[in-house]
Amino acid sequence: MKPVFMKYTKADIINFVVLLVIGFLVIPNVIKTDYWYTSILIPWLCLTLAALGQNIVMGYTGQLSLGAAGFMCAGAYACYNMMLRIQDMPFLGALVLSGLIAAGLGIIFGLPSLRIRGIYLMVATLASQFFIVWVIDKFGWFKNYDVSGSTTFQKININGVAFTSGHMMYLLVAAIVVVITLLAINMARGSTGRNWMAVRDMDIAAESMGVSLLKTKLQAFAINAFLCGIAGALYTYTYLKTVEPFAAFNISLSFKIMFMAIIGGLGTISGAFIGAAFILLFPVVLNAIGNNVFHGMIDATIISAIEQVVFGGLIITLMIFEPLGFAKLWETLKQKVIRKKS
Amino acid sequence: MVIKKNVRKKIKKKIKTKIKKKIMTQGRKFKIGKPILEVKNISLSFGGVKAITNISFNVLEHEIRALIGPNGAGKSSLLNCINGIYKPQEGQILFKGEVLDKITPNIIAQKGISRTFQNLALFKRMSVLDNILVGRKLHSKANFLEVAFQLPRAIREEKQNREKCEEIIKFLEIENIKNTPVGKLPYGLQKKVELGRALATEANILLLDEPMAGMNVEEKRDMCRFILKVNDELGTTIVLIEHDMGVVMDISDRVVVLDYGKIIGDDVPDNVRSNKKVIDAYLGVAHD
Repeated sequence: MKPVFMKYTKADIINFVVLLVIGFLVIPNVIKTDYWYTSILIPWLCLTLAALGQNIVMGYTGQLSLGAAGFMCAGAYACYNMMLRIQDMPFLGALVLSGLIAAGLGIIFGLPSLRIRGIYLMVATLASQFFIVWVIDKFGWFKNYDVSGSTTFQKININGVAFTSGHMMYLLVAAIVVVITLLAINMARGSTGRNWMAVRDMDIAAESMGVSLLKTKLQAFAINAFLCGIAGALYTYTYLKTVEPFAAFNISLSFKIMFMAIIGGLGTISGAFIGAAFILLFPVVLNAIGNNVFHGMIDATIISAIEQVVFGGLIITLMIFEPLGFAKLWETLKQKVIRKKS
Repeated sequence: MVIKKNVRKKIKKKIKTKIKKKIMTQGRKFKIGKPILEVKNISLSFGGVKAITNISFNVLEHEIRALIGPNGAGKSSLLNCINGIYKPQEGQILFKGEVLDKITPNIIAQKGISRTFQNLALFKRMSVLDNILVGRKLHSKANFLEVAFQLPRAIREEKQNREKCEEIIKFLEIENIKNTPVGKLPYGLQKKVELGRALATEANILLLDEPMAGMNVEEKRDMCRFILKVNDELGTTIVLIEHDMGVVMDISDRVVVLDYGKIIGDDVPDNVRSNKKVIDAYLGVAHD
């Protein structure tokens, strides 16, 4: 039997096409209310990108890092300043450039990974969280000396097409997410991803095989920051629109992104999507249940407290029964179904 | 029990005759040549503990060189020095006549020295095939952007690397487990995978740290066969640490014996076997 070298299996391609059809044909035609786009789908996709980056650095390369919001902030303000100060700056160009600026910062804040590891590294990477946000808040230039302390981001306009409605912005964000996800899959399944995982699983052996720890670790940090930078720019331009750095990019956002990567499943691409959906959507679902089912019976403050408890309980249960996250859970379920069929 | 013992003896005999026959009858495709690796007056200590004291020996091209000695003699430390994991305080190491200084495992790998580890250093969550593919790192030049965008060079290299790895998997007879995560495999198979990963680098020298530890007779026989075949067909120089004297005496060309970080013997197997110091080191001798 000749070995198969196909990168994508048939199932991969089917999945991909189905997801594309749902994302670009079904959703835009079925969902008409702007609320769904602007408050659920867009933030979900943006944070998915950030969670993807977090997954690359944490799940694939095994470097604990907690500072995604810092890189998001850097990306957002880099994009803002480029759009503001450079005439006729195309939005997509600014987006890529702001990703690259964030990647540069990612390399700098990833340097401690060469010396320390594990939980200590996580504490060291917190620097990006505090330092970047502080710099942007401290120096008025970044915010164009806005006296209110907050920044209102420009409207997106690509080749004369204005992306102002939730519907249009969703399509833009979704297209970018699709492209980046494909690139991430290629890397993760190719030699780049193998180097990441080799460093994660046994760094001395990886080095003995010729994998440079320095290059691989910093590469992962740079890619993480690149994705976070783009996610941050999209997050502010399409979702928040008016931003106060300290309020929008606080540490709880970093934690949220880390939890998305963990709960979705470390070392998987699909995990980022599922994890982001869970962390972001589940509170909304619980809220809807609370409001519609128990409305009037119980005090509203108690309902919101119960939501938090249920949410926390779910996370604990999941982590106990499936520490590898939703992606793994999905795999096992799929295999069970296949086995039952045959 | 008696029968079992007999069977075991028979198998052992079979290995010996088979291997010896091969060397005797066919001769070697790659004649043993000049020194490829020279270790000169190396000393290594951890704090006050001297692991290696003033050791010198050389390894000739295409030979199988064994390193033996009781536990704690400094064999693995020596390999770690050659490999760049430890930095010896004194002495130098020459590879192909070139002094290796400022060495890291990464640089050593690029120069063409590959190794396996005593306590298995596999990538546990990756499949067998992926583990061996990591060994091809030095043969893939495409950077991460080329991989991300699937540019021609990345695709071509991936294909070549996979072909090569399939060959190695076939050679090691582990086709049936190639997609299994390595962490789930039994010890003997993991050792095989590790050998495969080292082979995938196509290095000039393989440093094998106890490749047969914890294996049964049959697995050992297979491993010997693989090692001899690699040495024979590819001409790879092999430096091997092993505790099974039978195996060492059979497959190696020359043997270095270490005890307490010092060399107590360096000769062809037959002479080492009759060396008084070596026998004392292994059997223990009453101190005066």
